[in-house]
Amino acid sequence: MLFELEGVTMERDGKVVLQDVTASLPKGASCVAGPSGSGKSTLLRLLNRLADPVSGTVRYEASDVRERDPLGLRREVCLVPQLPALLEGTVEENIRFAAQCAGREPDVKRLLDVAGLDDTFAERDAGKLSVGEQQRAMLARALALEPRVLLLDEPTSALDESARGAVEATLLHLRERVDVSTVLVTHDLEQARRMAEWVVRLDDGRVVTQGPVAEHLAA
Amino acid sequence: MTSTSIQVSVVDVVASLALVAIAAGVSFWRRAELEEDIGIAVVRSFIQLTAIGYVINFIFDEDSLWFVIALIAVMVLFGAFTARRRARRVPDAFWPLLFALALAGAITLGLVVVLGVFKPQPRYLVPVGGMVVGNSMTAAAVALNRLGDEMKDHAREIEATLALGATSTQAAAPIVRRSLRSGMITLVDSTKTTGLIFFPGTMVGMLLAGADPTDAVRLQLILLWTLLGSVALAGLISITLAYQNFFTPAHQLREQPEP
Repeated sequence: MLFELEGVTMERDGKVVLQDVTASLPKGASCVAGPSGSGKSTLLRLLNRLADPVSGTVRYEASDVRERDPLGLRREVCLVPQLPALLEGTVEENIRFAAQCAGREPDVKRLLDVAGLDDTFAERDAGKLSVGEQQRAMLARALALEPRVLLLDEPTSALDESARGAVEATLLHLRERVDVSTVLVTHDLEQARRMAEWVVRLDDGRVVTQGPVAEHLAA
Repeated sequence: MTSTSIQVSVVDVVASLALVAIAAGVSFWRRAELEEDIGIAVVRSFIQLTAIGYVINFIFDEDSLWFVIALIAVMVLFGAFTARRRARRVPDAFWPLLFALALAGAITLGLVVVLGVFKPQPRYLVPVGGMVVGNSMTAAAVALNRLGDEMKDHAREIEATLALGATSTQAAAPIVRRSLRSGMITLVDSTKTTGLIFFPGTMVGMLLAGADPTDAVRLQLILLWTLLGSVALAGLISITLAYQNFFTPAHQLREQPEP
């Protein structure tokens, strides 16, 4: 298993948001699905130690994430947040910043291409892109780290229908072009069926069901 | 240079209350509801300045640098308490402020003495120290106030940067830069416009006391440039220490309760 959570409880603002969660996520395309407020995004943040649980253990490739260097872990297991949050400057500067964090020299043109943007976007001001374009720039920036796992927090929730379809297509083709596992967070069960092979369903901070999408999210 | 000290009687001081009456009258007329605050400000300024006048008189008479250090230490302590109220969104802001004011004061006064700008005597170090601590306090308070606001408003961007494996220092860098700028910009702007739009206090005081304008200008320049250094140091030290309180050792953004 890529990730294992064992007896994980998590609180935010004094409220329990994950209650004694035990779940596994294999390599490949997984998703964490559930309604708003079910604890999906919180669970995602535990996978690369953007937060630590109150109790329980989170393991990545069989080792406790707390025993790893948090910076090294995040460069290997990179999270793309729900809403775009790029740095001031151009798209290329954002990509170069990320690559520099991992000590890499980025192929900006290829990264933009993989994320579904043409190379004219390199010089564009990141703050002046549409939400959909920013979401793709965030993806290109994350890929600059050459991560082994991408954690995608509701990547299409802020997009209209056509932009959502385009971003989904990009993500579906991503694994054909880049050797990367993905963990997608979504409230949309249809999207979970389209995008993932394995699902962990949450409701009110507890695991409802988990396993192959074909068995656990039958249409 | 010819210098004649002016005599200020209690009657002169009382007469200047006429201007305070105008301020209170304006507030009352336009219902700004500042009359009580104006009254408190007048009473406090009278008590505080009278008290500090006696203290300074005592220190000048004793002519001991230990008393100067003690006075500045008290100013630093009160300055840190006062500035902390402006930086409510910064966790544990008191210690960064205390270190910042103490270090900025010590380095600035140490340098002006070593460079021979001022003699190491209470007559020079008390007023200059007061200005240094006061301006440093204002700059550090403004800087940390901005830091607290920006850390809250830009939490999403900071966490997105941390998610790339950036350090907390890298993630906070743009906010640290803007906060430092906020703390320094007021003094930089007033230094730019000094002599054109306003006459600074020291120069006015010297001119009123009958000093040669050239001497007044020179002393004012020394103080303005000294204050630029101390303000930069106070802003830098307070922000450098304070921004780290927003993060855990594992480079995670701490949850911030509302102040």
